[in-house]
Amino acid sequence: MTRHSYKNREASRLRRGPAGLLMAGLFGLFSGVANAAWEISLQAPVTATAKRVYELHSLLTWVIFIIFVGVFAVVTWSLIFHRKSRGHKAADFHDNMTVEIAWTVIPTLILIAIAFPATSTLVQMRDTSQPDLTIKATGYQWKWGYEYLTGDAAGVKFMSVQSTPRDQIENKAPKGEHYLLEVDRPMVVPVGKKVRILTTASDVIHSWSVPAFAVKTDAVPGFLRDTWFRADKEGTYRGQCSELCGKDHAFMPVVVEVVSAEKYAAWVAERKKEMAAAAEDPNKVWKLDEQLARGEKVYAATCAACHQPSGKGLPPVFPALDGSNVAKGPKQAHIDLVLKGKPGTAMAAFGAQLSDTDIAAVVAYERNAWSNKLGEVIQPAEVKALRGK
Amino acid sequence: MQASQAAGHAGHHDDASHGHGPTGLMRWVTTTNHKDIGTMYLWFSFVMFLVGGAMSLIIRAELLSPGLQYVSPEFYNQMLTLHALIMVFGAIMPAFVGFANWMIPLMIGAPDMAFARMNNWSFWLLPPAAILLTASLFVPGGAAGTGWTLYPPLSIQMGMGMDMAIFAVHILGMSSIMGSINIITTILNMRTPGMTLMKMPLFCWTWLVTAFLLIASMPILAGAVTMLLTDRHFGTSFFNAAGGGDPVLFQHIFWFFGHPEVYIIALPAFGVVSHVIPAFSRKHLFGYTSMVYAIAAIGLISFFVWAHHMYVTGIPLTGQLYFMYATMLIAIPTGVKVFNWVTTMWRGSLSFETPMLFALGFLVLFTIGGLTGLVLAMTAVDIQLQDTYYVVAHFHYVMVAGALFSAYAGLYFWLPKWTGHMYSEGLGKLHFWLSMIFFNIAFFPQHFLGLAGMPRRIPDYAQQFADFNMISSIGSFGFGFSQLLVLVVVFKAIKGGVKAEARPWDGARGLEWTVPSPAPHHTFEDPPAFDPAEAHG
Repeated sequence: MTRHSYKNREASRLRRGPAGLLMAGLFGLFSGVANAAWEISLQAPVTATAKRVYELHSLLTWVIFIIFVGVFAVVTWSLIFHRKSRGHKAADFHDNMTVEIAWTVIPTLILIAIAFPATSTLVQMRDTSQPDLTIKATGYQWKWGYEYLTGDAAGVKFMSVQSTPRDQIENKAPKGEHYLLEVDRPMVVPVGKKVRILTTASDVIHSWSVPAFAVKTDAVPGFLRDTWFRADKEGTYRGQCSELCGKDHAFMPVVVEVVSAEKYAAWVAERKKEMAAAAEDPNKVWKLDEQLARGEKVYAATCAACHQPSGKGLPPVFPALDGSNVAKGPKQAHIDLVLKGKPGTAMAAFGAQLSDTDIAAVVAYERNAWSNKLGEVIQPAEVKALRGK
Repeated sequence: MQASQAAGHAGHHDDASHGHGPTGLMRWVTTTNHKDIGTMYLWFSFVMFLVGGAMSLIIRAELLSPGLQYVSPEFYNQMLTLHALIMVFGAIMPAFVGFANWMIPLMIGAPDMAFARMNNWSFWLLPPAAILLTASLFVPGGAAGTGWTLYPPLSIQMGMGMDMAIFAVHILGMSSIMGSINIITTILNMRTPGMTLMKMPLFCWTWLVTAFLLIASMPILAGAVTMLLTDRHFGTSFFNAAGGGDPVLFQHIFWFFGHPEVYIIALPAFGVVSHVIPAFSRKHLFGYTSMVYAIAAIGLISFFVWAHHMYVTGIPLTGQLYFMYATMLIAIPTGVKVFNWVTTMWRGSLSFETPMLFALGFLVLFTIGGLTGLVLAMTAVDIQLQDTYYVVAHFHYVMVAGALFSAYAGLYFWLPKWTGHMYSEGLGKLHFWLSMIFFNIAFFPQHFLGLAGMPRRIPDYAQQFADFNMISSIGSFGFGFSQLLVLVVVFKAIKGGVKAEARPWDGARGLEWTVPSPAPHHTFEDPPAFDPAEAHG
């Protein structure tokens, strides 16, 4: 399999290959600049499928380049030699059956020739059977949630949120190397294993994409889609949400770390230990201060993107919480809204994303922050009682 | 153009009927004259072009460098949505309807359009729709921030700006359907005796097919947005999985309209170019018959390829394969058209006035856009490029080159007929070269951005995309401001200049060149004799 023979050397040859030459040729101005930022072809592939896509793209780019040059060689000849200013007299010929059949049949043959590699590549891309590992990726406005469904890591689940500091986005601090393409917790997968990704979404359509794997699949709320990859090389691979999903569409990257089998096993053990430690006694009775500290963290990670750290929201789409009827009204209605969301608006149901403890904490925070000084503590048991009602 | 012309010189032309009608503003509100209505369509589309263009400059300013600089992400999304809706429905489509109104009766020897009063109504529906679209920026929550594709569930989350966009689309659809019925009836019934369908100018052929595409596809868009409206307000669940619906259903319906829409824009552009290239090559169009068949084939196939916009939505492998093959098929008639234009120039006697320059610009850029379309047709490659800047580059090559450059070719070609004066050739050529150079600086680098993986519809991007984005922004500012030159050219031609002859271009054929320049308010009240020498075939 090409997958095993694939080498770095080949990647750089490919990158300077036909596509590169064509692009450089058409845009000669920049052809001499050898800088990573002047990348002019697809990202270096790290899966067998991505490599085939890369080769297919290079082939097509050659084909269209040759067609373009052929057609415009004829045009250029006319423009130079058949000008009125050179005294060229117009010939009067039209309708020639032979020529017209030729320029219908030849393109048809070219298309048929292209269709073969295009079809086999696609068939390979769509074969999600017999994966070594299955992970569900859920799109939320605006982060990804990953849940490992099979293999050693079955049961591991976490949110993957962009970690670029706000100051960098607002140009108040110098931008880091992986500006916008970094997350707090990346997806981690073992090298050389077939990973099947199931995509879905909780609110609007998102799209899970990693260019180096030639993977892009929409995450459609209420439906499951699947795709797969088998990365041949350890490393960190970065992509972005590729379907407009609202205001922070640009800020929900996909980061996948491909690691060795040993590192993967270590990572799984660590995640499991962490999850066990994080498992809390749902019957714990909370005090106001500790609950507010917890709630502030949950609010910052989950709510602040829309309702803003100031609680003022971005009305009318994202209403203010500071002084709002919900945050100052009966607490059952408030908890219920957070649990179940509000259909037809951007307010998602957070019941599936957050634990009872977190929901209790964030509701308590919202009822005590800013000018909403209600002084209420909310116990996880109260949230639990409202679930499923 | 005809506007100030007719107002300024009323009575210059030998036409008594001018005296009866209302004057001033009411003349324009009540007019049923195809030339007046054509003029209004063209001015309307130019104003919308400037509005949509200003929005694109806001987008490119924000993208000049990484980080958020001038606008919030919400506002950015509204700009990219309105830019597209206004350019497609407000600028490009009305521009070609304007050409159709002005030129189809002149080309086929008819006194006016078949339904003159409906023609007036088709035009006057446009300003309310444009006001709804632009005013939606100022309502609470702002305009729709969904992209022009209006995909649910995101469009369900929007504020009342979304409803305004939906109503605007309804009104625009009504206008298009009425305009199409008018054009079809005019072309089929009002040709001068002797002008058979296969001797009809190609511009009329492209519009005949386009009008059928509009009648078939606009109601489908109206249906899709109505379903959105009821999902938003009346508790239906067409696009909501929780209620048994499917968000992807909307995409199928939208693109069943959306793909023919691409050809609704492109076909009349092909028609204009098929007049300009023979005129300045001083030759007949090489293959008139095959051009007509190619137009019809493109129109037909455009209804069978919609899901090539949806390769990553999870359609099954067999679906992907079918749509890939069907899409590749479109390359064949499109190739026939390009080869015909090239052969028409071959061994001609070429000269390079501004209309010809724009037609050549069209040919180069549209061919690039068509060829990248072939790359995108391959599902496996498209999955890499879907929703990246490669697609943005591709459709701007097709739309800006396919539609705008050909509209400019038509504008410079027929401006002497409309105003009675020759335009300034120097300014026209300057306009062409600035447009051509800046267009490529703005859009060619976007291919590289897309290949490297930059998604579209984002207000901020990773740093490896910074250099090409800066070049693209600089190009787009140059391109945008160059377009103001058109205003100068047109105003100068309206005010005066060298008097245009009835046939200012020695190679031009067609009945429109047999009437004086400027064309009198009423023409061909009696059907003219059809001279086969004026025929295109």
